[in-house]
Amino acid sequence: MSDDDPMNITAGSSGSIDDRKNAAIRYVFFSCAFVTVLTTLGIILVLVQGSIEFFQHVSIVEYLTETEWSPVISPHSYGVLPLVWGTLVITIGSALIAIPVGTATAIYLSEYADPQVRKTVKPTLEILAGIPTIVYGFFALSFITPLIQRFYPETGTFNAAAGAIVVGIMIIPMVSSLSEDAMSAVPDDLRNAAYGLGATKFEVSTSVVVPASLSGVIASYILALSRAIGETMAVTLAAGMHPQITVDPLEPIQTMTAYMVQIGISDVSVGSIGYQSLFAVGLTLFVMTLSMNLLSLWIKSRYREEYQ
Amino acid sequence: MNTNGGGPRTVSKPKVSDDETSSAVAGDERRSGSRVVDPVIESRDLDVYYGDDQALHGIDMDIPERQVTALIGPSGCGKSTFLRSINRMNDLIDIARVEGDLRFHGKNVYDDDVDPVALRRKIGMVFQKPNPFPKSIYDNVAYGLRVQGKDVDVDEQVHTALERAALLDEVEDQLDSSGLDLSGGQQQRLCIARAIAPDPEVILMDEPASALDPVATSKIEDLVEELAESYTVVIVTHNMQQAARISDKTAVFLTGGHLVEFDDTNKIFENPESDRVEDYITGKFG
Ligand SMILES: Nc1ncnc2c1ncn2[C@@H]1O[C@H](COP(=O)(O)OP(=O)(O)OP(=O)(O)O)[C@@H](O)[C@H]1O
Ligand SMILES: [Mg+2]
Repeated sequence: MSDDDPMNITAGSSGSIDDRKNAAIRYVFFSCAFVTVLTTLGIILVLVQGSIEFFQHVSIVEYLTETEWSPVISPHSYGVLPLVWGTLVITIGSALIAIPVGTATAIYLSEYADPQVRKTVKPTLEILAGIPTIVYGFFALSFITPLIQRFYPETGTFNAAAGAIVVGIMIIPMVSSLSEDAMSAVPDDLRNAAYGLGATKFEVSTSVVVPASLSGVIASYILALSRAIGETMAVTLAAGMHPQITVDPLEPIQTMTAYMVQIGISDVSVGSIGYQSLFAVGLTLFVMTLSMNLLSLWIKSRYREEYQ
Repeated sequence: MNTNGGGPRTVSKPKVSDDETSSAVAGDERRSGSRVVDPVIESRDLDVYYGDDQALHGIDMDIPERQVTALIGPSGCGKSTFLRSINRMNDLIDIARVEGDLRFHGKNVYDDDVDPVALRRKIGMVFQKPNPFPKSIYDNVAYGLRVQGKDVDVDEQVHTALERAALLDEVEDQLDSSGLDLSGGQQQRLCIARAIAPDPEVILMDEPASALDPVATSKIEDLVEELAESYTVVIVTHNMQQAARISDKTAVFLTGGHLVEFDDTNKIFENPESDRVEDYITGKFG
């Protein structure tokens, strides 16, 4: 085939080698994807299997309605609600901190900050997100709790408030970084339209940029919340291991994750109900975070930024 | 609806008598001779820089009230820059810097005591690319009224603005649906409705029809002529015929950011002073 053939779009003699190379590359990528999917399925399978064994001894109704959780120490009781409560307290408490602060940070970075400031602050925030969570736990124990105790001396070493605060601080970067991405993606055309109508910078931010990026902003909230639900080490250290339904944030609580740590490091024998409860709680947790992530995906696709 | 035929504005405008306004309805008559009207916007020795690059050189221009002033010229000659310096949208561009005077009713808008936000409430803007907010049609038109906190019947203003933008008939039953569901031409008329709803004095339009098909374009052109009955309109266009059709005054910018000629539109198109302008208009360059 001559080089100056204008229709030179058919594969040359080297085509078969390229084909084989392509097939090999394809195979490698496929294997990686396959292993990932397989691992996920395996984890789910293990959770479900262990849970089935657990629910052969404990009724699902008892599990979901009883208000005492004591699967290892008698008198035994298998109501998961105190653990769910503990998780909810941490999640809601941290959301109360992370959503306002994270959103305000995102608005500042996207709308107000000089490009120079944005260039330094954003990576810094992302580094914050990379600190091991156990470090946050120690931070709660050694700084946040003593601080709370200055105002409320009766506060114990482990308390829900410190857990919620530290998790809130932990997930701020997630909210601010993802929300800022969504806000920066809003076209300047829309900002100009609003400025042209005599809107102030604040009005442009709150009544144009935030609504136009709402799906991304809310998705960031949900991802951050599902991170809070799944957060383990920091809450175990900060909030304690005392499953109870209480509205007093200065009391210790136990989250689902903290319970799993407790059982994981204890010496309950494999096959005992205490051991099996690990899987039931794990499955419950998995269902909760999975539904949060699905919700976030749904919001993103349902309210896809329509301005494009 | 409005009773004075001149639109929702009720503020009396001493500079143009009613007779003049109504005679301006007949388009031909309107362009046949220059009316002597006080300028609402005066540009005096206006320089605009982007960083170290000078985009406009010593622009002098008097923009008359309630007429259509067209800005024409080849790409990059500074038409948009001039337009944006009128309502201080250039402030939003970090590297832009303005020197000289740009007077609105005799007051230099670059004086320290001028609030650009307040200025933009008097001088509305329509952009080249239709840019409705991702909100309902109603909320789009009401946006300016709401941020400006105008003490008016929002419902009525929204309907009036849509009607004047020749869009009401097409969207009356779907005011709650998204402005983005409209066609490009409808979106642009929505943007015009949004700009006129708060009842500004001046409307700046940057190639408002360049992204539209001929039918939508002619609708916008009709609209511009009508708007000039109640508003001062400054419009950038690349389309020579469009400028000739709809404007009373024409400013020709040429490359480098110089205003080469500014005069009555028919003078510019029939008998321009400058050879370069003649060349440009007859399509010999640019
Ligand atoms: N935001 C900006 N930053 C830097 N330079 C700019 C900016 N906007 C415009 N310029 C420069 O200023 C000059 C005039 O640009 P302007 O957009 O005003 O031209 P124009 O006449 O509107 O062109 P067009 O007909 O293509 O819209 C050009 O040289 C352009 O490169
Ligand atoms: Mg332009």
